[in-house]
Amino acid sequence: MELIRQPWPWYVAGPLIGLIIPALLLLGNKTFGVSATLRQVCAACIPANISFFKYDWKKESWNLFFAAGIIIGGFIATYLLSNPGYVNINPNTTALLQQEGIKDFSGLLPQDVFSFSQLFTLRGFVFIVVGGFLVGFGTRYAGGCTSGHAIMGLSSLQWPSLVATCCFMIGGIIMTWFILPYLLQL
Amino acid sequence: MGLLFGVILVKSQVISWFRIQEMFRLQAFHMYGVIGSAVLVGIISIQLLKRFRLKTIHGEKIVIPDKTFHWGNVYGGLIFGLGWAITGACPGPLYAQVGSGFLVTIFTLLSAVAGTWTYGLIRNRLPH
Repeated sequence: MELIRQPWPWYVAGPLIGLIIPALLLLGNKTFGVSATLRQVCAACIPANISFFKYDWKKESWNLFFAAGIIIGGFIATYLLSNPGYVNINPNTTALLQQEGIKDFSGLLPQDVFSFSQLFTLRGFVFIVVGGFLVGFGTRYAGGCTSGHAIMGLSSLQWPSLVATCCFMIGGIIMTWFILPYLLQL
Repeated sequence: MGLLFGVILVKSQVISWFRIQEMFRLQAFHMYGVIGSAVLVGIISIQLLKRFRLKTIHGEKIVIPDKTFHWGNVYGGLIFGLGWAITGACPGPLYAQVGSGFLVTIFTLLSAVAGTWTYGLIRNRLPH
């Protein structure tokens, strides 16, 4: 039990994620991918006569259960299966982030950016609302996210997914190295 | 399955903003290890499913739809990458962050829904 409560190393987590792929295929030809659920929510709640959201979303409703499962899984892992504590990141990363203005390293997310009191500041708005918008817009434009392209797409050897995955990394590196330091100063 | 995925994402700290920073700064192997080993296991599993011509539990043939390239893979991919580095979360971890009690990320999630909706709205005017 103590072993489960520790953070899991990559060689445990990665292969387990990999096994979800055949499990979903065997359970009924489901292809692993999370970002499609965002489109599902649009189609179910706010289709607004947009053709992109006019399809039979109920037929694909399994992935909404999948998304709900992730929320519940996140709850269980955090409240029942974890010891609270710092994320053990590279001290060089910590030092850089401190320079750039992050003070709180006590949880999974920096509370000095991601909290309700920050939501209505310019910095909080950029990190939470603008960031979320870019994720949702970009992932659908790209046709998938880390799970659908990087994991499912690469696993089934599809080269467009390799292109998308490389672009994810390029976008992330540009943001982290060249733009984020300024955003943290807001 | 979703539940299991959520547990894994939290336990391996993939949902941590700090882990994503570490990854994009190329200062740790952790995230590359998680994604890389997931892909490796995925490739092997899919090859095995094909080799043994396994069927689903309902007896259907297993089909994986082909993805066709369009320029959205590039433009959208770059935009997604920018957002991923700011929020420290791609869609899977977004749900898991909400479950983990970081309730403010509900707004990140809602904003992601709004982003997807906006894409649907202006889709015909974007280069693909």
